[in-house]
Amino acid sequence: MTDRRSFLRIAIMGTASLIVAGCDRISQSDWGPKVLNKAEGLNRRVQALLSPSSAMAKEYTEADISSVFHPNGTTMPNTPAYQALMANQFRDYKLRVDGMVSRPAMLSIDDLKKIDTRTQITRHDCVEGWSAIGKWQGTLLSAVLDHVGADPQARFVVFHCFDDMDVNTPYYESVDVGEARHPQTLLAFALNDKPLPVPNGAPLRLRVGRQLGYKQAKYLSRIEVVKSFDAIGGGKGGYWEDQGYEWYAGI
Amino acid sequence: MNTESIAVAEMDAREPSQRLIYRHTLPIRIMHWINVIALSLMLFSGLQIFNAHPSLYWGNRSDKGKELLTLGARQDSAGHLVGTTRIGSHVFTTTGVLGVSKGSDGTPEVRGFPSWLTVPGPAWLAMGRRWHFFFAWVFVLNGLCYVGYSLARRHLQRDLWPTRTDWRGIGHSILDHIRFKHPHGEEALRYNILQRLAYLTVIFVFGVGIVLMGLAMSPRMDAVLSPLVEAVGGRQSARTIHFIIAWAFVAFVLIHVFEVLISGVFNQLRGMITGYYKVDTGKVDIVKPDETISAEERSHD
Repeated sequence: MTDRRSFLRIAIMGTASLIVAGCDRISQSDWGPKVLNKAEGLNRRVQALLSPSSAMAKEYTEADISSVFHPNGTTMPNTPAYQALMANQFRDYKLRVDGMVSRPAMLSIDDLKKIDTRTQITRHDCVEGWSAIGKWQGTLLSAVLDHVGADPQARFVVFHCFDDMDVNTPYYESVDVGEARHPQTLLAFALNDKPLPVPNGAPLRLRVGRQLGYKQAKYLSRIEVVKSFDAIGGGKGGYWEDQGYEWYAGI
Repeated sequence: MNTESIAVAEMDAREPSQRLIYRHTLPIRIMHWINVIALSLMLFSGLQIFNAHPSLYWGNRSDKGKELLTLGARQDSAGHLVGTTRIGSHVFTTTGVLGVSKGSDGTPEVRGFPSWLTVPGPAWLAMGRRWHFFFAWVFVLNGLCYVGYSLARRHLQRDLWPTRTDWRGIGHSILDHIRFKHPHGEEALRYNILQRLAYLTVIFVFGVGIVLMGLAMSPRMDAVLSPLVEAVGGRQSARTIHFIIAWAFVAFVLIHVFEVLISGVFNQLRGMITGYYKVDTGKVDIVKPDETISAEERSHD
């Protein structure tokens, strides 16, 4: 009986190992990921059809807010530029907005507060699988784009960040103009009625209501309006995208 | 008389009581094996994704201390890694399989499910997601084709939907299954009531359910699916149900393979590969595909 059982165990583990090893070879080949990546475009197109660009992420109540909003990724940027701003409680902070805009601007948090602001309680879904709910207060990105006169020909908005992920590899992210102009896309300066804490991205982070956590860039230093992000970073539209994650983070 | 003619004579004695029936049509066979591949790779890549955060919760939030299940690790007094599986407040030591298992270099590492069960083998969430979403499309499109085909060819209505007679025989069928007794002859060609219920549950409860719970985890889909998400308790509940259904599929496959093994594995495999299934009674003849269909259609008209 034990012989039969261990035979069965070895047979199952052996078969599984063979499949896994075969798949690993495909994952490391040139063609494998290209084929598998076809699903991303399909996901993006079909989800846009089923869930229109105007559809809103669910907003929750005060009672739903997570007692601790788990900070992930960088929790303390160590670049000198960021450290200097932090030492002065971000009083000298200015967000640079440029690229395909008619009026490039340097906006302080106070400047941003004077543009159209919103407060919303939304859920944050990490690509790892966990979720947290927070109350975000911020400026409507769409209003900021109008403020600087974004070129209608532009296709993407790129977010440059203060935190270095590797040596001289700052975090960055991008969304298309449709997502950037969604009424739940905010440049958030407050979390749960308090100025944004450093682990959560002080003084300013992106909040996109309908995409995964890695899109919600923290420690924003600059917003660039572009036609293409091919020449930025690794060319895939974001730090994690350059590491193989999908640019379309709606699933 | 040489040995060859004896063999022929013996076969002659046996053959008249056997018949090859064209049981599974080509599309069904193709879709069955596509499903085998898709389900296996969804499971393996799903476990890779699960490993990125090997805990399950109920509701919308992942609150620390509120885990329903956690595959974790701790160090014992000697500094060795100990794998743990915590279900509610019960902690089990599962070193070697869950929580801590050998990595590709042979040394113990902290990981939810072991590397021989995840695609890719090493921790690689981005690639796991690529596999998962690719085969999710294969699974969904194959499933839709199956349901469409089965409805059109009345396979669903005729072979899977239980008749009143089937329901009446449920007690008998349960006893037969417990005794590992399998019908022979013509009766083996019909799905019994437990098979019908199992297949219908797997297709319409597990299949539909796991896809919906997968979609309920997508933040973009939640903009339109939030009533569904809230109905099951929240996004983390959807993730938990998705995980449970995945293992329900595994349980079904284990029972399915077991039944195949004990009810004549070669005959069953031939049935699902070539389409032809041998039954014990009847006269010597091979029923051709079109003949079977026309006969079946006649009997139902």
